[in-house]
Amino acid sequence: MKFTEEHEWLKVDGDEVIVGITEHAQSQLGDLVFVELPEPGTKVEKDDEIVVIESVKAASDIMAPLDGEITAVNDKIVETPSLVNEDPMEEGWFFRMSLNDPSELDGLMDEDAYKAFVG
Amino acid sequence: MSGLKRTPLADLHARLGGKMVPFAGWEMPVQYADGVLKEHLHTRAAAGLFDVSHMGQLRLTGADRVEALERLMPVNVAELKPGRQRYGLLTNAVGGILDDLMFANMGDWIFLVVNAARADHDIPHIAAETKVEVLDRALIALQGPAAEEALAALNGDVRDMRFMDARVMPLIEGDCFITRSGYTGEDGFEISVPRDEAEAVAEALLEQEGVAPVGLGARDSLRLEAGLCLYGNDIDEGTTPVEAGLTWAIQKRRREEGGYPGADVIGPQLATGAARQRVGLRPTGRAPLRAGTPLHAEENGPEIGRITSGGFGPTVGGPISMGYVPSEFSQAGTGLFASLRGRFEPVTVAPLPFVQQSYKR
Repeated sequence: MKFTEEHEWLKVDGDEVIVGITEHAQSQLGDLVFVELPEPGTKVEKDDEIVVIESVKAASDIMAPLDGEITAVNDKIVETPSLVNEDPMEEGWFFRMSLNDPSELDGLMDEDAYKAFVG
Repeated sequence: MSGLKRTPLADLHARLGGKMVPFAGWEMPVQYADGVLKEHLHTRAAAGLFDVSHMGQLRLTGADRVEALERLMPVNVAELKPGRQRYGLLTNAVGGILDDLMFANMGDWIFLVVNAARADHDIPHIAAETKVEVLDRALIALQGPAAEEALAALNGDVRDMRFMDARVMPLIEGDCFITRSGYTGEDGFEISVPRDEAEAVAEALLEQEGVAPVGLGARDSLRLEAGLCLYGNDIDEGTTPVEAGLTWAIQKRRREEGGYPGADVIGPQLATGAARQRVGLRPTGRAPLRAGTPLHAEENGPEIGRITSGGFGPTVGGPISMGYVPSEFSQAGTGLFASLRGRFEPVTVAPLPFVQQSYKR
């Protein structure tokens, strides 16, 4: 599993990655009440703001971790945003995407580096 | 968080795991471990204990205190009976709202509570008219259906109090100034406590059945559901009491006699209405529509107003907002649009409050 400085995790699954936010991120955001996901088929570039999540208090953007194309989204978290709080690393995933250049994954943090990053 | 003022309950917040944030020059708990959503729902179901010591507490003792306040507010101060509290508004020469406040007739003095962010403005403003003493005390709000039983465990006399009653009584030893009021839409109390007893009173209340600490995050969503204005968001120097839907705070005698700042603007608005009006708004979709979001009468049409407060209402179970629209669009049921991230989201003008108030009248 890989991590970004924006507190996203990426899990490699065949030719695609599954993307969500970390336990640390969900605890900082607080209770989520709204999630807006991109359409499957959307081509994205790294740092595009592609997901909107809102907690009771504020809205935040989730950015595309790398260049690629959204292949699927987790509609369950649109119905039940609290799933992201309850199970951010499994049931609370956001989207799947294919990567233009899978080698770019190597530039992201591994779990130990992420743990050091959040202190 | 250096340079911020700390309330007499700061050590207690640390022990309770409060997440502290800067707020109007103070270090205040925005939430505790349960989080905003659970704290909000707990307050409506049982009782929430809030530290609101950042608010300015004033004592007016001058013989001219009643006339002085009537020179500053379009509110009937003279006929407020001893032991009763009332909502007041400081207005300016053009009818705008300088602050909203609570004041209570304590017999030979007036107890006045102003917003934290406006205290530095209000104190000299009021002191120009009458003698003002700033009280260095804690202020605790205990709100929700379990509030009466919890407070009665410390002094049973509170059971006799009705909504907007104000009394002086001890909870431990020193005098507390207790009002049956709050800003959540729930039955409850605001309790001014001597500084050195603040922690003991708060802890004694937290030991009672159903009482949990609640932060300012939930206080904001509770007051929004109750349709109550937040100064600086929903009301400010550019909004009049009539536009804000606060005409109930201007009693008959003051309407007829005038003699308050901005009477020549507010008076005609009282007679014929204002050109714009604060309204409740229910988005059709799930996205919360927050302060600053533009409002439109039709898709792609010009902006007609803005949302001044908005978010998710935990008790309502969906997004809720308040904002200002031209009066012809202020009828409940009117369909409007809010522009959000480049889209036009349908919203419906809704009656306020969003959640029924449960005051003990």
